[in-house]
Amino acid sequence: MALLQISEPGQTTAPHEHRLAVGIDLGTTNSLVATVRSGMAKTLPDASGRHLLPSVVHYRAHQEPEVGEAALAAAAEDPLNTIASVKRLMGRGLVDVKRLGELLPYEFAAGDTGMPRLRTVSGERSPVEVSAEILKHLKQRAEATLGGALVGAVITVPAYFDEAQRQATKDAATVAGLTVLRLLNEPTAAAVAYGLDQQAEGVFAIYDLGGGTFDISILRLSQGVFEVLATAGDSALGGDDMDHAIADWMWTQAGLSQHNDRHAQRRLLRDARAAKEALTDADSHSVNVTRPDGSVWTGMLDRSTLQALVDPLIERTLAPTRRALKDAGLRPSDIQEVVLVGGSTRMPRVRNQVATYFGKNPLTNIDPDKVVAIGAAIQADILAGNKPDAEMLLLDVIPLSLGLEIMGGMVEKIIPRNSTIPTTRAQEFTTFKDGQTAMAIHVLQGERELVTDCRSLARFELRNIPPMVAGAARIRVTFQVDADGLLSVMAREETTGVAAHIEVKPSYGLTDAEIERMLRDSISHADADMVARQLREQQVEAERVLEAVQAALQSDGERFLSADERARIESSMAALRTARAGSVASVIKQAIHDVDQATRDFAMRRMDAGVRAALAGHRLDEFRS
Amino acid sequence: MAISITEAAATHVRKSLDKRGKGEGLRLGVRTAGCSGMAYVLEFADSINPEEQIFESHGVKLIIDPKSLVYLDGTVLDYRKEGLNEGFKFDNPNVKGECGCGESFTV
Repeated sequence: MALLQISEPGQTTAPHEHRLAVGIDLGTTNSLVATVRSGMAKTLPDASGRHLLPSVVHYRAHQEPEVGEAALAAAAEDPLNTIASVKRLMGRGLVDVKRLGELLPYEFAAGDTGMPRLRTVSGERSPVEVSAEILKHLKQRAEATLGGALVGAVITVPAYFDEAQRQATKDAATVAGLTVLRLLNEPTAAAVAYGLDQQAEGVFAIYDLGGGTFDISILRLSQGVFEVLATAGDSALGGDDMDHAIADWMWTQAGLSQHNDRHAQRRLLRDARAAKEALTDADSHSVNVTRPDGSVWTGMLDRSTLQALVDPLIERTLAPTRRALKDAGLRPSDIQEVVLVGGSTRMPRVRNQVATYFGKNPLTNIDPDKVVAIGAAIQADILAGNKPDAEMLLLDVIPLSLGLEIMGGMVEKIIPRNSTIPTTRAQEFTTFKDGQTAMAIHVLQGERELVTDCRSLARFELRNIPPMVAGAARIRVTFQVDADGLLSVMAREETTGVAAHIEVKPSYGLTDAEIERMLRDSISHADADMVARQLREQQVEAERVLEAVQAALQSDGERFLSADERARIESSMAALRTARAGSVASVIKQAIHDVDQATRDFAMRRMDAGVRAALAGHRLDEFRS
Repeated sequence: MAISITEAAATHVRKSLDKRGKGEGLRLGVRTAGCSGMAYVLEFADSINPEEQIFESHGVKLIIDPKSLVYLDGTVLDYRKEGLNEGFKFDNPNVKGECGCGESFTV
């Protein structure tokens, strides 16, 4: 008969209606699936007892692709058809991918949507499809283990993932036939796994040192909302670098200089890794190197030597950590709990150094490889409805501000960073020119004031605006971010109801380092941004004044102005044009003021004439009411 | 009339309760549902109702209401692994027939 799990009081489901939900940690190197059974969140192993699924897909001609260990084994023989680290490509454009291309040995082709495609023997595959294979594999494992179909999954993503990368992850789940209950930030999931969300409030640091990446996130919890205060990291630093350092040391100790034999190198790295892992508990570990001539060097690697080898790498994690704290405006002592994530944090030396830096012992009792998946499973269990209502539902925030481009290449923020999601915000805009019938909506993400410093997410046009004088049209732009952090934008002209709308789809993107830099820059460039914004504002205003005066001169200049007056106005306009070309906001402001003064009489005469024209032919009592 | 639990299942229950941080014990029961008449109830118990009976077995309190006990008398709750799946199993001597999946039964 079926095997049963213990339910929360009153939550027993009817037979065949179990609300099975899982948490998935879709990692760069390894992925995991976890679920809550009988009140305990656990990762699910495969038939051989392995919990970690290598995030590797091996495509074969006329056969189903292999995923995981089998794919990893094929990597050496068939590198072009074996896709690893596909997470780095999610939601990225061809240009970004080419830049990463030096690290990745794959052949890329441009897709019709701008999404890069990988050439494999079974055809061109997008990163979304590759990720979907991994998700499919985990879904099958979960369904085989739990004995039923899943109602949904919570999938984790890095805190710095932007809209496009989140949408790509969600698309991958759809392709894999998984319902996404929620995308959850990885550091938030780690905090949930330790039950930190059960506290009233607090500030936490999540230190995530994986195989190939390092991320540090500073989270603040208040009223059930996790806010990402800062993130930083190094997308090319991890346990693999430690293995290389140890392997190089072994090679040098064996009296050898260069190593270009890939086979020997792989074995050396494997031994280095084994030694590193052994030294987690032991004080020393015997290592040996077989020289090309067949002779064998044997030596001992002890903890102090290992520390000397890895300390420079650990030090490299502390630089982003300091930066993240600085961005958050905090000192190490402000951090209430430090959570360790990633296999490399098992190393006692890493734990020591982190403890020393923050002045407190980090939380380590959950397996650092599994902690993110476990947090996701706990969320999935709540979202699937297996917990009583009293259980607090975790809220998330958007990582970077969302806004749109306004005249002068400036960004108007509609939804500020760290707003809780789901959220909807709207703002009204108007036309800039008389008779303007269309408006380009350029959606941007980032913290900076100028368009060129932010990330472009999407563009669309609102057409068929009825011709009106500048400033008369009322265009309401609504930004909506759903619970997964995905954005849709709608623009609507209020008087006629014409509307246009777009959903932000993955198109192209930035590297992790660039996103991180964008966040940092917004803080370090705050003053420069303000100056730039003021300048642009004055330039736009100058443009508007010049156009208005020019139009007035054209229609009524002859009628109301003497040659002398006209010359004075034109010279003030010329001065304004010169000022506008410069880069000092106050000078432009003064020049606008001068044009204003010079055109004062002209404007009054026009107004008088306008009123007279409107009144002509009417009797006074027509205006009595 | 009595019900009991195996050592393996008790270990698992104690761990679950520990992890959960609260709970008096395990509530067992039956209710009418499912494709074959009755279905089992297996829940954490945070409080005990006055009419319920308690059986202590391997350090775990098994809590059951008198109506359910009629159907569960002599049941041993076990914990088993079947392939990748693992979970609790009611070894219930009163069962006359089960539905194919075994999630519901008749007496």
